[in-house]
Amino acid sequence: MSRFVSFVNALPGAASQGLIWGIMAIGVFITYKLLDIADLTVDGSFCTGGATCAVLMAAGFDIGTAMAIAFMVGAATGLVTGFFHTFCGIPAILSGILTQLGLWSINLAIMGMKANTPLSVKNYDLLVSLRYLQDVQKGTRPFYQHPIFVVAVVTIVVIAILYWFFGTELGASIRATGANGNMARAQGINTDRNKVIGLMISNGLVAFSGALLAQYNSFADINMGRGAIVIGLAAIIIGDVLFSKIFRNFALKLLAVSIGAIIYYVVIQAVVSLSDMDSNYLKLISALIVALFLSVPYWKGKYIHGTKGFGKTKAGK
Amino acid sequence: MLEIRSINKTFNAGTVNAKHALKDLSLTLNDGDFVTVIGGNGAGKSTMLNAIAGVFPVDSGEILIDGMDVTHLPEYKRAQYIGRVFQDPMMGTAATMQIEENMALAARRGKPRTLRAGITKGERAGYKEALAELGLGLEDRMTSKVGLLSGGQRQALTLLMATLQRPKLLLLDEHTAALDPKTAQKVLEATDRIVSQNKLTTVMITHNMRDAIAHGNRLIMMYDGHVVVDVSGEEKKNLTVEQLLNLFSKASGSDEVSDKLVLS
Repeated sequence: MSRFVSFVNALPGAASQGLIWGIMAIGVFITYKLLDIADLTVDGSFCTGGATCAVLMAAGFDIGTAMAIAFMVGAATGLVTGFFHTFCGIPAILSGILTQLGLWSINLAIMGMKANTPLSVKNYDLLVSLRYLQDVQKGTRPFYQHPIFVVAVVTIVVIAILYWFFGTELGASIRATGANGNMARAQGINTDRNKVIGLMISNGLVAFSGALLAQYNSFADINMGRGAIVIGLAAIIIGDVLFSKIFRNFALKLLAVSIGAIIYYVVIQAVVSLSDMDSNYLKLISALIVALFLSVPYWKGKYIHGTKGFGKTKAGK
Repeated sequence: MLEIRSINKTFNAGTVNAKHALKDLSLTLNDGDFVTVIGGNGAGKSTMLNAIAGVFPVDSGEILIDGMDVTHLPEYKRAQYIGRVFQDPMMGTAATMQIEENMALAARRGKPRTLRAGITKGERAGYKEALAELGLGLEDRMTSKVGLLSGGQRQALTLLMATLQRPKLLLLDEHTAALDPKTAQKVLEATDRIVSQNKLTTVMITHNMRDAIAHGNRLIMMYDGHVVVDVSGEEKKNLTVEQLLNLFSKASGSDEVSDKLVLS
């Protein structure tokens, strides 16, 4: 029973973290679903965002400026991956791995060659923090400073901006680039440029999410983005499995990704709180679950005829 | 309108698989020409269209559209002058996007893609009208995903998209080959109507010799990477399939007739 109580007590924290990672997952959605690119840059750019934000705060910048710059630095990492992919002709997945590897050194350099940088809530005015969550529960802070509330508002703003952007001429041409590159080029769309723009927006959001998590945890750490791509994919898949039948609208699909991330963290929290499993096995379990869910559409197409996965052509690749 | 000056293209140059696909190919199209292209497998028909469209760079020679040298322009920049329909119905449209979204993308061919709305209310009425002319009932399914359409519907839509912005040149790469005969006929009828309405300069590859004779004002036959027969006007109108076969045997220097060519 005490285990269950501790799980319930941990739920607001899990939901807050899930919401923060949900913004990262929305970034992954842009590359994975819209551009049809599995971009592994995110494992590096997530930390880049956290490190940039922590270092800038320590240098006396205000939180808004620090997060805006974190977004831009993240977008720059996407630019590098896009350069490798489009200008140098390196396959997208390898381009992302190369950038990710290089970012490990850059992230350390950003943090002054240290593995982590403190971002203590005691010293700075932060947007979100585990401390604020505790304060709201104690009643010493107003509810609107609760991380769930703050990040939910941020998420809605992000979704609203993306919904608008992908409905514009440029945004629609980016969607066409991912849907069918041949068609896009035949309609005069510069597919290389669009892939770069998509990668920049995606990694900008990922870094922005990293900046939020660094605040929440009160530090940025060189390993904070490890496995981020898997968490992003898990959130996308969970959102898709649960909501694809009812959420047709693009904004709702993005919302489903965010909810997927929350569910992912609640499930992880449940495993940690309710079982005796060593939490070091969590990454293994995450990897296996994502592998399983990615296999299902393929199996459906291969072994069950007449489903929509069957005979799906891969035009434009 | 289109001027091809002795272009060459070799694929896999320097390897055992080297294929000299276009050999000193020259061709000039006049304004309003509707040219049908026939030739056996590997004659270089599709390669010629792809070279014009800029899918790959040519090794030598020049390509001019309406007097402009486009030889070194990338594919997406040439698209402002060229409308294309491919053999594969999957290739010309974005399956995961709506019919009207596909049309809106095509309507902006050759224009800068800005942060203005991707599709406006005013456009929709025009698209509905254009779709209704196809007679396939697509005008009532404007927000359906293109992936739900049949191959014939997709080809008809691609054809419409290729001509929403009047192109200087329309390239049709066996656009009815993947369709059943009845649907192919419908798409060909739509092609004739759209081409004549807009007075488009058109190049249409076909494997069907009767279609090659029945459509357009000029017929060329390709063999081994260049044009070997070029007939137009009255001479073309009076052609028979038999005469075409004879011309082909003469041009290829043998009695051997490609199986594909006879498929008509």
